[in-house]
Amino acid sequence: MVEVSSPPTIESFYKYIAEGKLMGVKCKKCGKVMVPPKPLCENCMAKDLEWIQLKGEGEVISFTIIHVPPTSFASIAPYAVAVVKLDEGPKIPGIVKGVTQPHQLKVGMRVKAIFEQIPSTQAWPQWSRYYFQPI
Amino acid sequence: MVGKPLATIVSAGLSKFGRREGLYWRELFIEAATEAFDRCPNLDPRKDIKAIFVGHMGESYEHQGHTAPTITDWLGLTPVQGFRLESACASSGAALRCAVMAIASGLVDVVLVGGVEKMTHRSTAEVTEFLAMASDFPFEQWNGLTFPGLYALMATAHMHKYGTREEQLAMVAVKNHKNAAINPKAQFQRAITIEEVLKSRVIAWPLKLYDCSPITDGASCAILVRPELAKKFTDTPVHIIASAGATDKIGVYEREDLTTLLSARVASQEAYRMAGVEPKDIDVAEVHDCFTIAEIILYEDLGFCPKGYGGKFIEEGQPEVGGKIPVNTSGGLKAKGHPVGATGVAQLYEVYLQLTNQAGPRQVSGAEIGLTHNMGGSGASAFVHIYKRGD
Ligand SMILES: [Zn+2]
Repeated sequence: MVEVSSPPTIESFYKYIAEGKLMGVKCKKCGKVMVPPKPLCENCMAKDLEWIQLKGEGEVISFTIIHVPPTSFASIAPYAVAVVKLDEGPKIPGIVKGVTQPHQLKVGMRVKAIFEQIPSTQAWPQWSRYYFQPI
Repeated sequence: MVGKPLATIVSAGLSKFGRREGLYWRELFIEAATEAFDRCPNLDPRKDIKAIFVGHMGESYEHQGHTAPTITDWLGLTPVQGFRLESACASSGAALRCAVMAIASGLVDVVLVGGVEKMTHRSTAEVTEFLAMASDFPFEQWNGLTFPGLYALMATAHMHKYGTREEQLAMVAVKNHKNAAINPKAQFQRAITIEEVLKSRVIAWPLKLYDCSPITDGASCAILVRPELAKKFTDTPVHIIASAGATDKIGVYEREDLTTLLSARVASQEAYRMAGVEPKDIDVAEVHDCFTIAEIILYEDLGFCPKGYGGKFIEEGQPEVGGKIPVNTSGGLKAKGHPVGATGVAQLYEVYLQLTNQAGPRQVSGAEIGLTHNMGGSGASAFVHIYKRGD
């Protein structure tokens, strides 16, 4: 379990992902929600932040189908990566499972996050993964 | 009123771009620097040059960092001071900005500025990985995004919002190959057709192989002096009348609008203000066409056409030689080649040739005012310079 007082870091974000939770931080001063979490509010520069759990649902803002992948993604190419605007406001990129052709995705399409544990033998960074899938 | 010169270019040099087998980057840099020295017989490099500023993105290629002293050493300039600037593909744009600031500060009178990258001896997979380091690791790289992938995200968004078409992207590649075909230093000296671009293999949909700039070896160099000293060195000076830089969020996904490059807008608006000119006054421009969609977005964000009209601008032939604003007469990154650290000053080199009437068959007749836009990574950094032909 990640403690309630986890620092607002990338490392904490991925520890929550390992628990199947998409978490962001909310600025207590101005209300800005940030994913990825950042130690400083990007709106008002305050440091007084709290973790909030996000629904993990949102809509596709843009997408691409990667045919020439980095070495570590070679086994799953071609694969789609979308930028998703979460219902709570922040935008994050993610691989959309099961999509290999552009006609399978549309800007504006609704998607939701799913999670995958990684083997603990993995080299740095030992982060679990989130993906998206069409709703 | 056109702004006063901040610094003056009295010479410039460029290595041949392409696959330069058997050379190390320090040797390639000598090729560019000696062209600049040879063009300027009144320059005594050892006596006159007081500092060097060099753009260089990656030490991974040759296991060689500490770029500035490596270059001063191999150029025979030791013990002159040197600075290496890294801003991904905008590294020598950053070096140029710093060189201009150094001269404008009054602390140095004559500087050598340049950039270098030696890439082709590595496999495409290795180069892709080295370049990817300029994008956001924990969210972009971690989710399998590559540089073509990041620009593909901009392309999909631009096509969705403005109806931009794949054929219009292809037209940018065709124009830049046409220009490169008459540039003896370009990597690709071959015209291509829209058909060839559209039929080339998909790299990151909707971008195909011919929408992407290549992997290139090359070096670029220029000699900048305090404007009052220019006449001592040359009869054909080119003044830098604006120099500006800007940044954007490192992650493309976090930006408010994927169809625009904030760093280009901010840096160019600052540069136009500083130079006292407007986009319509630009006679020739070299812009950062790492991917065809980038050039289309830059027509808009540099103010050459209204937002959303980039596709129409190329379709109408406006950025061709003979059009409203000739863009990338050198062939651009797309066809002249893109040795990342060298690109910013390589853009200066083309504008320098154009404004001194030395561009040969691709000369824009009567060119007086030029612009360069050099961008790092997916646009998280940018440097814009404006130039004016001297008297
Ligand atoms: Zn705040």
